[in-house]
Amino acid sequence: MSVTAPDTVAAAAAADRPQPYAELGLTAGEYQRIRDLLGRRPTDCELALYSVMWSEHCSYKSSRVHLRQFAEKAPATSALLAGIGQNAGVVDVGQGYAVTFKIESHNHPSYVEPFQGAATGVGGIVRDILAMGARPVAVMDALRFGPADAPDTARVLHGVVAGISFYGNCLGLPNIGGELAFDPCYAGNPLVNALCVGVMRHGDLQAAAAAGEGNQVILFGSRTGPDGIGGASVLASASFGGGEAAKRPSVQVGDPFMEKLLVECCLELGAAGLLAGLGDLGAAGLSCATAEMAAAAGTGLRIQLDAVPLRDPALGPAEILMSESQERMMAVAAPADVAAFLAVCGRWDVPATVIGEVTGTGRLQISWHGELVVDIAPQTAADGPVYQRPAARPASQDVLAADDPARLPRPSSGPELRATLLALLASPGLADKTWVTQQYDRHVRGDTVLAMPEDAGVIRIDEQTGLGVALATDGNGRYGRLDPYLGAQLALAEAYRNVAATGARPVAVTDCLNFGSPEDPAVMWQFAEAVRGLADGCQFLGIPVTGGNVSFYNQTQEVAIHPTPVVGVLGVLDDVRRRVPIGFAQPGCQVVLLGTTAAEFGGSAWAQVAHGHLGGRPPSPDLAAERAAASLLAAAAGAGLLAAAHDLSDGGLAVALAECCLAGRTGCRLELPGDPFTLLFSESAARLVVSVAPGGEESFAELCQRQAVPATVLGQTGGDSLAVTGQFAVPLAELAGIHQRVLPALFG
Amino acid sequence: MTARVGIVTFPGSLDDRDAARAVTRAGGEAVPLWHADRGLRGVDAVILPGGFSYGDYLRCGAIARFAQIMTELVPAAAAGLPVLGICNGFQILCEAQLLPGVLMRNHRRRFIDRRLRVRIEDTGTPWTSGYRPGQEITLVLKSGEGAYLADQATLAALEERGQVVARYADGNPNGSARLIAAVRNEPGNVVGIMPHPEHAIDPLTGPGDDGLAFFTSAIGQVVAG
Repeated sequence: MSVTAPDTVAAAAAADRPQPYAELGLTAGEYQRIRDLLGRRPTDCELALYSVMWSEHCSYKSSRVHLRQFAEKAPATSALLAGIGQNAGVVDVGQGYAVTFKIESHNHPSYVEPFQGAATGVGGIVRDILAMGARPVAVMDALRFGPADAPDTARVLHGVVAGISFYGNCLGLPNIGGELAFDPCYAGNPLVNALCVGVMRHGDLQAAAAAGEGNQVILFGSRTGPDGIGGASVLASASFGGGEAAKRPSVQVGDPFMEKLLVECCLELGAAGLLAGLGDLGAAGLSCATAEMAAAAGTGLRIQLDAVPLRDPALGPAEILMSESQERMMAVAAPADVAAFLAVCGRWDVPATVIGEVTGTGRLQISWHGELVVDIAPQTAADGPVYQRPAARPASQDVLAADDPARLPRPSSGPELRATLLALLASPGLADKTWVTQQYDRHVRGDTVLAMPEDAGVIRIDEQTGLGVALATDGNGRYGRLDPYLGAQLALAEAYRNVAATGARPVAVTDCLNFGSPEDPAVMWQFAEAVRGLADGCQFLGIPVTGGNVSFYNQTQEVAIHPTPVVGVLGVLDDVRRRVPIGFAQPGCQVVLLGTTAAEFGGSAWAQVAHGHLGGRPPSPDLAAERAAASLLAAAAGAGLLAAAHDLSDGGLAVALAECCLAGRTGCRLELPGDPFTLLFSESAARLVVSVAPGGEESFAELCQRQAVPATVLGQTGGDSLAVTGQFAVPLAELAGIHQRVLPALFG
Repeated sequence: MTARVGIVTFPGSLDDRDAARAVTRAGGEAVPLWHADRGLRGVDAVILPGGFSYGDYLRCGAIARFAQIMTELVPAAAAGLPVLGICNGFQILCEAQLLPGVLMRNHRRRFIDRRLRVRIEDTGTPWTSGYRPGQEITLVLKSGEGAYLADQATLAALEERGQVVARYADGNPNGSARLIAAVRNEPGNVVGIMPHPEHAIDPLTGPGDDGLAFFTSAIGQVVAG
């Protein structure tokens, strides 16, 4: 494409010619639909715009028919100030504050170019939060890689962790938690899911809409370059099939310093009342921002594309429309406010340019050096096609379910149980994560009350009242593989429980749905089941899904990842000084197991680590029990009865106890009432272990009874070993050594 | 009366908010100073906070030293104004040659955020007068380029004149020469420290409140006149 000879609307109306729609990721049917909508062939620019807007990543064309359940089954709540369909959901947390949060995938770019892929994943989700009018206050990352000892895992993991560290630290957002998991199914398709949370006053909410005829459209932030062209379509909406290095130009490049300036600049613009509308430029760049903001307001836009400041003057109009250059925002401002707007940008050294205006035509009209190159109804680009893809439960599912872990040999003697615990703690997925988390700044902004390895990150919002939020993300692809419906509910239950363990009241959900190709009916069945499970679970627990993201095509040729819904739960703490940590820090506290333990080993960490086994049924979620335990925890934390609380998940009670002891550097001595193997390693849901503050034992027992939460006293904290009477004892120094040396030995 | 402590915000400063909170907790008045400001608004002391001024592009602190506010700060520091540079602020003070030495990439070439023990060796500065000589405190270190280095002659001179204000007390976290965590200029009014005292002012959000005395020391001296 050259500057001198753009393909214009007039030329498209006058003469037909073959167009490269397939190379841009459009099907023949989609291309025909564009022609029908326009009544002519699209121009080069229009074709580019539709190709990115109608990509799976931007249009949710395969998932939308399923995602509707999140709205249809949403529990009635007055706490939601903005829901699904916005950049991010907004939740009222009281005292005039609102919190917005969202999780999003950056999986494909992070495999092709791990450092920039992961870095710009952070940048993108932060701009989503910023676009709502909120100040971003923390980030989290849920990471999944191939086997820890596979050579390519080291390449991807080093790059991803360094990219998150580089971008998040420089941006000044504390990283307060997340996940790190390893499984062969992620070897060619790592999952990099980034979450951001932001805080605002109720009145600060911004609309991503281009309202008000005559208002000016301002593009501000970084200049537009040739990076990330087709990121949403070519990269994120197709499976890998070899030759991924050739896709590197589709990965964006991040500048966290510009993002920091953009954050401060946007917040100042909002505070000064200079924003009539605000949107971020993410996937599909300027195409998406213009089409969606016009569609949201039901207005038209007239854009002079040649006014867009460029990093590379050779870029043509279609490339500018498709570029996913980072650190850019688009705002709409009243003509009288433009001078003040540009002055604020100038103070922050943020380049800002008026590129067009809002019209009453209902058309998105884009010109290039005076010639019209796009003339479409914006809604047609913003809506996209909707597919009801075929879904079919694969027969292999029955074979998997029949392969019950009951047949696996189990440890029984004390020394065998001890060795099993140590083997689990030495497995990369359960080992100490400090090697990773130490590379993230958790302290910046000075409001981090809890961060990894705690169950949930806790951020203080108001220094006077102590109001704060807790956030956790969880997912378990192995459970999802065994049963996607239950797997999604177990992910929800675990994140909910993790938030509750800090003493917070869970209030809202965000999700990142990571799956293989939607064109495979087996994958589509997994997806449909997972969405149904999650929607049913949220309905039961009374907490709405406020937003999130779908990542399809996480597969290489025919091999898809395990269905991996990652669920983020937001909770509210009225006073963060009442938060409960996981560590046994004080001797002489009663240790109590909450919940009911059954012999549930399908998909368990024990089956994986000891036998390399995946089969049978996952644990049964018990959402009523989760809800009861959460109420109990909130009441007990509020009354100051708890010294520590930790949820039981991968590796069961044994791993949880080891983590409690190591986090607080205090041992415990326990007796197990029942089959020690089942009690120690089963992964039954809806369970926690707590230590009760001395003197609070009776009150806590009464509270358990009132909430009908089964409580089993196991023993006491104290000493310098994890000791199970009649079975085994492991000195804390030995536990720590095994737990802590795994990741440094693997990754340097 | 109380002390007015200026906190400089450069583009990319991150811990300015935390430094201001620490000053307030210590009983002082935090006065925001903008990198492009002319004049220091009559403050009694200045803190250059942590962060990534100008994105750490070129070299940490290398661009910030040319900011307008530095033109104001350098002569004021020479005239005895108490100045504390924390993390990126320390890097800026070295780049501006208000302090000797340089801060290089951590020896393991990774950013680290961890709590650690620091021993206060010089209590003669306005920022450390509230500590006992040899007192060990717990602070947070969070930096990618925190290795303090200087040539042997400079290091020997620093030791001889007692300009090492604090050392790492439980191992070398980043490859710093002689475990140096903080240094001062010869008169003692300018101090640079790599770990963050402003992140150790409240056990709720940090490792304790061991860092608070940096701020109470300076504020107390001003108030005492």
